[in-house]
Amino acid sequence: MSSALPDLVMALVFIAYSMVMLLSFGGLLTWVERKQSAVMSDRIGANRAYIRIPFTNIKLVWMGLFHGMADGAKMLLKENFKPNAHDKLGYFLAPFVVFTPVLLVFAVVPFGGTIDPGALFPSLANWFGGRTYPMQIAQLDAGLLVVFAFSGLTIIGAMLAGWASENKFSLLGGLRAGSQMISYELVMGLTVMGLILIYGTVDLGSIVRQQSGQLLGVLPAWGVFQQPLAAFLFLTAAIAENKRIPFDLPEAESELVAGYFTEYSAMKLGLFMFSEFIQIAIVAALFSTLFLGGYNLPFMSDAGFLLPGGREIALSQGVRVPLQMLTFLGKVALLCVVQIQIRWTLPRFRYDQMLGLSWKLLLPVSVANLVATVLVQWWRGGGA
Amino acid sequence: MSTPDMEKGSAPRVQPVRYARKEYWNEPTMNWWEKAYLPEVLRGLAITTGVFLRNMGKWITGRRGAVTTYYPEERRADFAPRNRGKHVLTQRPDGSVQCIACNMCATVCPAKVIEIEPGFDMNDPAHPKYPVRFEIDYSRCVFCGMCVEACPEDAIRMEPDVPNLVSDDRYNMWMTMDEMMTWRPQSDVAKPYPPKPVSLTRAARSEGGAPSKH
Repeated sequence: MSSALPDLVMALVFIAYSMVMLLSFGGLLTWVERKQSAVMSDRIGANRAYIRIPFTNIKLVWMGLFHGMADGAKMLLKENFKPNAHDKLGYFLAPFVVFTPVLLVFAVVPFGGTIDPGALFPSLANWFGGRTYPMQIAQLDAGLLVVFAFSGLTIIGAMLAGWASENKFSLLGGLRAGSQMISYELVMGLTVMGLILIYGTVDLGSIVRQQSGQLLGVLPAWGVFQQPLAAFLFLTAAIAENKRIPFDLPEAESELVAGYFTEYSAMKLGLFMFSEFIQIAIVAALFSTLFLGGYNLPFMSDAGFLLPGGREIALSQGVRVPLQMLTFLGKVALLCVVQIQIRWTLPRFRYDQMLGLSWKLLLPVSVANLVATVLVQWWRGGGA
Repeated sequence: MSTPDMEKGSAPRVQPVRYARKEYWNEPTMNWWEKAYLPEVLRGLAITTGVFLRNMGKWITGRRGAVTTYYPEERRADFAPRNRGKHVLTQRPDGSVQCIACNMCATVCPAKVIEIEPGFDMNDPAHPKYPVRFEIDYSRCVFCGMCVEACPEDAIRMEPDVPNLVSDDRYNMWMTMDEMMTWRPQSDVAKPYPPKPVSLTRAARSEGGAPSKH
């Protein structure tokens, strides 16, 4: 009975942390995208929105950081325009069906190692009773399966939006979104199968812990070194899943106005946009969890560092927990930047090229990768 | 719908001359390395990342990493020396406007942006007409300089400057007469005003048109 309350408190703390992290990533990425795209094309980028300190003439610009706030205010204050002919329930539900699973995916992603709050805050040691918590909202054995289940839900949202808008462009966009996301979902699932074979589990916390070892005595045992091809395929499929350039055919503005959210306005449109930006962070978090050792630096585990030479560096918990959280945030931020760089470098595919890439190239390659992994694992396990 | 029966009795057909059609575009020539797509993607990413890092390095070290400017606050200093972007109305030595409101600039203007309202001043018998209002709509001006060429009095010129056009309102983009009378005769080196009085005989002699003594 007495153990339920600390568990609840820790769960709420983790939930609050993840929510704040994801939403601020979503907000900041709008700024990062603007500024990064500007810098890489010799421009300055958004720099006009400002906050004036009242009664003075001091305007805070802060390198255009307030443009995100201006966007949010605009989205909230605009008229919530609805087309005359629309399916009321579906039209209303679609943005939420797109937005909610994106947030839910993060529930199973670990963003730090095991925390012992009693040791961190000695005054609360009695209350916690020496219990430790992995820094993860839900420690599910089916972690990776939950990720795929939830990210599959966003397809429904996109198709629902396209259908319920009663608009030809929206419908085409919804159809495109459906076929595209289903194709790339398949590739994504197959690429991750190899990792599941190697780690022998779908629990993301366990996958991260297994990556803190060494590979061949030199490399960290990260997924990207064990399955480089799978890492590449996963990133490609994840970007396609996110419907961003070069895979933004569901909303190709030169062909479909805005695709499946053509008829959406105000904050409903904002939800679509925001979920796209949060999904960048989610993809980055998943990629770093599966392939880049999650919240750990190379050769680092909950006990401390175990370097290739055999040297050990023990870390106290007060150092380790912030270090792990910062490492995770840093990896996610870096991968977000990489994704934005890809988005502003490549032109959009043609629709048949996009589907051909998935079914003719990525899918066979990922199957071949899976077969090779199976054979290697079988040989490692002694054959027979 | 031509069947062999129909062609049997007819005269032998004249084969049309086949001209080689001009190819107006190239077939894409890509080698297998480029067709593989991925290496080219990586090359493109390397280029954009290189540009990004170069510009970012410039910004971080306090230099400018962009070719664009914050326009109304910053002006480009590197306009061509021949750029003529702003009109001036020349003045007589006493400071009155040299324009005689003949409307020739307004007539020749291809964008029809010049508006002149003439006035009459009977105290100045040499120049009885003068502009009460001389305005140019800079939101439509094409800066062709034809008004300068048309002017019989050298009353309108263009100077190497840009007008300050930044405004929320297109009616604030009208340049009025007082804004255009910034030219001061004393400071113009190229063409001092008034020109030195030249007698007809001296002018003819200096040109070599005068009868020689021998």
